[in-house]
Amino acid sequence: MSETTTPRLDVHKTYKLFVGGKFPRSESGRVYEVTDRKTGDWLANVPQGTRKDTRDAVAAARKAVGGWSGATAYNRGQILYRAAEMLQGRREQFAAEVALSEGVSTKKAAALVEAAVDRWVWYAGWTDKVAQIAGSANPVAGPYFNLSTPEPTGVVGVVAPTRGNGFSLLGLVSAIAPVIATGNTAVVALAPDAPLPGLSLGEVLATSDLPGGVVNLVSGRTEDIAPTLASHQDVNALDLTGVNSPEGPGSARALETLAADTLKRVRRPDVTDDWTAAQGTDRLLAFLETKTVWHPMGI
Amino acid sequence: MASPQKTKKKTGAVAAPAPAPAPAPVPGRKLFEYAPAPESRAAAGEIASSNGHFIGGEFVGSSGKEALKTVDPSTEEVLAEFAQGTEEDVERAVKAARDAFGPWSALPGAERGKYLFRIARIIQERSRELAVLESIDNGKPIRETRDVDLPLVAAHFFYYAGWADKLEFASYGPDPKPVGVAAQVIPWNFPLLMLAWKIAPALATGNTVVLKPAETTPLTALRFAEICRQAGLPKGVVNIVTGDGRTGAALTAHPGVDKVAFTGSTEVGRAIARTLAGTRTRLSLELGGKAANIVFDDAPVDQAVEGIVDGIFFNQGHVCCAGSRLLVQESVHDEVMESLKRRMATLRVGDPLDKNTDVGAINSAAQLARIRELADAGEAEGAERWSPACELPSSGYWFAPTVFTNVSATHRVAREEIFGPVLSVLTFRTPEEAVAKANNTPYGLSAGIWTEKGSRILWMASKLRAGVVWSNTFNKFDPTSPFGGYKESGYGREGGRHGLEAYLDV
Amino acid sequence: MPTFPQPPAAAEVAAAADGARESLAEVASSEATLRRFLHGLPGIDAVGLQSRAASLGTRSIKTTAKAYAIDLAISMIDLTTLEGADTPGKVRSLCAKAMRPDPSDPSTPRTAAVCVYPDMVPVARAAVAGSGVQVASVATAFPSGRAGLPVKLADTAEAVAAGADEIDMVIDRGAFLSGRYLEVFETIRAVKEACRRADGTSAHLKVIFETGELQTYDNIRRASWLAMVAGADFIKTSTGKVAVNATPANTLVLMEAVRDFRAATGVQVGVKPAGGIRTTKDAMKYLVTVNEVLGDDWLSPDWFRFGASSLLNDLLMQRQKLTTGRYSGPDYVTVD
Repeated sequence: MSETTTPRLDVHKTYKLFVGGKFPRSESGRVYEVTDRKTGDWLANVPQGTRKDTRDAVAAARKAVGGWSGATAYNRGQILYRAAEMLQGRREQFAAEVALSEGVSTKKAAALVEAAVDRWVWYAGWTDKVAQIAGSANPVAGPYFNLSTPEPTGVVGVVAPTRGNGFSLLGLVSAIAPVIATGNTAVVALAPDAPLPGLSLGEVLATSDLPGGVVNLVSGRTEDIAPTLASHQDVNALDLTGVNSPEGPGSARALETLAADTLKRVRRPDVTDDWTAAQGTDRLLAFLETKTVWHPMGI
Repeated sequence: MASPQKTKKKTGAVAAPAPAPAPAPVPGRKLFEYAPAPESRAAAGEIASSNGHFIGGEFVGSSGKEALKTVDPSTEEVLAEFAQGTEEDVERAVKAARDAFGPWSALPGAERGKYLFRIARIIQERSRELAVLESIDNGKPIRETRDVDLPLVAAHFFYYAGWADKLEFASYGPDPKPVGVAAQVIPWNFPLLMLAWKIAPALATGNTVVLKPAETTPLTALRFAEICRQAGLPKGVVNIVTGDGRTGAALTAHPGVDKVAFTGSTEVGRAIARTLAGTRTRLSLELGGKAANIVFDDAPVDQAVEGIVDGIFFNQGHVCCAGSRLLVQESVHDEVMESLKRRMATLRVGDPLDKNTDVGAINSAAQLARIRELADAGEAEGAERWSPACELPSSGYWFAPTVFTNVSATHRVAREEIFGPVLSVLTFRTPEEAVAKANNTPYGLSAGIWTEKGSRILWMASKLRAGVVWSNTFNKFDPTSPFGGYKESGYGREGGRHGLEAYLDV
Repeated sequence: MPTFPQPPAAAEVAAAADGARESLAEVASSEATLRRFLHGLPGIDAVGLQSRAASLGTRSIKTTAKAYAIDLAISMIDLTTLEGADTPGKVRSLCAKAMRPDPSDPSTPRTAAVCVYPDMVPVARAAVAGSGVQVASVATAFPSGRAGLPVKLADTAEAVAAGADEIDMVIDRGAFLSGRYLEVFETIRAVKEACRRADGTSAHLKVIFETGELQTYDNIRRASWLAMVAGADFIKTSTGKVAVNATPANTLVLMEAVRDFRAATGVQVGVKPAGGIRTTKDAMKYLVTVNEVLGDDWLSPDWFRFGASSLLNDLLMQRQKLTTGRYSGPDYVTVD
């Protein structure tokens, strides 16, 4: 008798939220099913993040603001570059997740992952340059030294991209990287139908020396998470990139109305259809405050 | 030997008769009383008794019948009637701006710039007239309109005039485009200066505008319309629609506008943001403030006291970036307060047209009522109120410069924007505490720091959540210097290269 | 004899005040303590100071206020001639002008003093006798101050002996700038002692800093306190002999110093800007500053002086304009 070989059973990953540098389950204990974009086959159960999870994430993000915004731009650049390195090392896993999430071939997905790596690198290089393009020395008509410098807004709520070529990872990175490159912290509502690359990105970030709470990733229903971010008084800005419902609680109108209560800075929904396109500086500049400091010059 | 007590007699030794008006014994009368030095009211030019809008290059009547009155707040005399802009008026103005937008935005930048240069020059030529008119309509001292408002208005137009043909170098892309029709709603505290802050960058970048001045101060905006005509500005590039908040609401909600710029209260700013939710209309807001002016124990005390006074009593405290919360290090609290009170006692409150007036009239009865209400609340909550002895005119809207000590962070006078000559004094012990208290407000427009220690200034400046930080100075403005707030003080910047962004499609 | 500068009745008050000043003089017990004290004074932000001074200069002084201020300014002038070419004749002419500035209008006040070199004191003393005009003499190797202490004291004593009511001494700016504060302090004390007359009274001591050479406002504030603690009756900006003399800003520093010194010690010290004040408009700015920074207590020749020569004629022309309603010209005031 020949030996029978039993095929080895894969070990499945339990997808979890990424909040405050940790990987909690949803406080609700609830999950929802994520399926293959093409076949509709079950892929994973992911946490259904709640309003409470979102608030916890905001608290974590707020806690991280001081340290992250106070870190040197060089240090932030090192960490963002480290994220690129970590992503590079796991590109196959991400290619698989992107392929399933976006319904594209593994080859195409691999290219999108590589583009995501490159995008981290691009933004990593921006950390110590953005102040030089966004700031100014102002020649006021008087004996004053006057300088305008950009500062991070604080906590940014991000509704992750939900469409466009490469949205699930490349788009996500394109939304998160500029927010944190400039010293903000982020709470991200992941694309509800394609959260796997995003949840895995948490694992990359957790091993990139990124301080806990700088990026917080919440999967679940946008209509739960986004309004919580929009109405939260401790969120300073909103990136509505992925918003696409025309009406209802997850619509731009509803979210901007909530955001108006505390006059949050809002980046309106994006119509990008291809995330591989070269990025300008508008996302980097969207969540900056300009601070102008005057001082007399005299002896 | 010098005696510590003053003898009031004039040099007993003077043989010649003593100078004329020196009867010192009158109690409360100072030796050196400044005689009235009134600027001529006539310099304001003729004020039409009734005014319409400025639409499509013409002064036109309103489609409605309602007229509002603007008064001289120092006397309560009615200066003029002006139209309450209707939705139909707004419609006409937006259409005029839309019609003008194509040709205006197509003009070479250099040509647009030349119109702005012309406007700047005419403002300089007519600055005395505009200063007097502004003082009459607003109540602010002629010293401020003459020395601050008008020079800044002209400078602002000069500054943005020069940008018009250099936009590709502004780092907003190689060929930045205008947004379109801008709806601009401005407040009453710096009527003409706020107009300049709105109109100059909008026009330089190729937009056309519909501007609504505040309902208590429409006169200089209407006079500015005349200047546009003198400058030969193409019809419809600048449109002025007068009226109260209803007109403003109609204008900011108009679907034909591409951009709304508002300066005013946080409450109205919020309402506009809600109105524009879900649209593609762009919005910039410059709203309220409750700035901390932080004085350390090693501050240059005399200049700090001047800065405190400028910070809260400049323009009667009707300044969104006013240093309305004085945070003084506990160890020098008494010394600073003593100096401050001594200085406050020399403030001259009264006729805005007197060249020696430091503090003019409160802009309106409604604002006066609000200031009174909050000041009374300060007293009721247990803060200690002090004002120098000063005679206020019997008619008009007046409020004496006031300081509250023993204020705690929970008091309304420490939290709410009073928008009047009322200072709240709190103390701190360490720089960390100063930052924490300064930032403990939903606002974030401005802040002041007074210390001789350079590294502390830079540390403080980096920690303060405010758009403008004045260190060892306060309330300084310049067209090249971006101005605007963090948090609920609004978003967007006015002034400088940054000020272009709000009017470019970037 | 006029009672200024020392009303006899005030002797006890003065003694008490001297006591207060004396207690502060402990700061000068060593070079180290004096330095610590002077460097512990609040700093001055130059731009803020200048802008405050400039803003006071925008006051508009009209009609009755102007008339009052012109007469006050005239009465505050130390009418000065400090030329190598001074002669008894020139000094006598100056004295005549000081006593009767406008021969056409006897209601014109006389000036506070004439200010001359020590060797001209006897001439001036005789010329102004009985008029109430004081005789001020510069001393201590004016204007440079570059002489040994014995020379400075002899210079002072000679002027006092010759009848000077007031001594305008200069400090050694070199010593001050090199940080030898105690030396400056001791010199002022010694000169103050040299101002003493045989009858126990003293000539009034004005201490000149030459603010233009001290360069920074912080230095000017330190010099002010140093001089006041050392016993100055007046502090004075300049000699009139260097490029930068009195300015509204450096005089404002002196005013803040005397204001704060009185608050600290109870002792009132006078202020004298000198050099470069030529027009009525200039003088008005200074008087406005006195009025708003120091108030009534300093609005008299006892406590504020102008060191000036050409200022008087401009004041007289403006005074004539106010009286007659017509603009005057240089031919209608006297050339001295």
